[in-house]
Amino acid sequence: MSAEQAITAERIEQGIAGFVSGRVNAEVPADQDLFASGLVSSMFAMELVVHLEQAFSVQILGDDLKRDNFRTVAAMTALVLRLRDAGQPADA
Amino acid sequence: MTANPRSDTIAVFGAGVMGRSITALALGRGVDVVLVDVSDDVLRAAEADIAQQLRHGRFMGAFPDSQATGTLTTTLSGEAAADATAVVEAITEDSSLKARTLAEVSGVVAPGTTLITNTSGIPIDELAKSVRRPAELAGVHFMNPAYLIEMVEVIRGPQTAEDTVAAVFSLLGRLGKKAVVVHDAPGFVTSRLLHPMINEAARIVAEGTASVESVDRLMQGCLGHPTGPLRTADLIGLDNLADALRLLAERTGNTAFAPCDLLREKVRRGDLGRKTGRGFYDYEGVLS
Repeated sequence: MSAEQAITAERIEQGIAGFVSGRVNAEVPADQDLFASGLVSSMFAMELVVHLEQAFSVQILGDDLKRDNFRTVAAMTALVLRLRDAGQPADA
Repeated sequence: MTANPRSDTIAVFGAGVMGRSITALALGRGVDVVLVDVSDDVLRAAEADIAQQLRHGRFMGAFPDSQATGTLTTTLSGEAAADATAVVEAITEDSSLKARTLAEVSGVVAPGTTLITNTSGIPIDELAKSVRRPAELAGVHFMNPAYLIEMVEVIRGPQTAEDTVAAVFSLLGRLGKKAVVVHDAPGFVTSRLLHPMINEAARIVAEGTASVESVDRLMQGCLGHPTGPLRTADLIGLDNLADALRLLAERTGNTAFAPCDLLREKVRRGDLGRKTGRGFYDYEGVLS
């Protein structure tokens, strides 16, 4: 990972963590299992999906739309990074 | 490959909270749906909402992976229900409105079509008076969101035929639901227990005994309630809840079941719960 990519990843992670902790009114470490800890209800889970799509201009479809991809802030960051990379032209 | 190659269609009347959620459930299970409402605007909003609910259901693993999604048709015409193998009436919780819609549906569908009313508490036998073939009418009380909650309450009215109960079970099986059958009574089982509990929870808050959050946390932590009664109320919709409580009070003669002041005040203000962004909780900002 280049320095630039690392900065992007950190910014995305901070953005997601900020959104989640704002909504659940608690600090959320990047590796905390949000479903197991009961912080994220099944209804809020879908709001997370919609938020990631809008905030990072990605589309989360098919097999990516699985709870495991949203279990932690770190997992969501990885998903967003992967979808953004996949969305870039090959020669970029 | 689809999990179930049989193609059939159900008609759902009413594109509100429950109609949308039941439609999403059926589509996610590969059943085609004709969704009927009296408002074109409501149908447009429902289409977008149902698409989102289908994603939500898939996300939560509520639909089989191999299942192709059913086809949705929306229409203002009740006649479109003519070819349905079953009809689910899911309009406003008002007995005269439901009776009128069921009478209309009953005149459109062929004999042998299973007629289901999704009501949280109106006695089935009361609604049976308005249909042509009361033996073909049964109650199914779906919970919201219908595609996520596995259990439903099935109500056998005094006139409901055995064949109808069997047909309802067959449909619910296709929809991946578990069911418990109960006899007819105001509020059946779940609403008779839950709705007065929510009403009391609201009274407790109004009297200042505890905050909304405290009531829900106690019921969750001490009594194993999954979300707490007041968060559940927001999911049901406070207008629907007030209607259901009024029905329960009228039909049981127990005036304590009538919606309490705080509940009626919230309905008056248009704070109807999740669907309007605010009820006992605020859903726009912090998810408290």
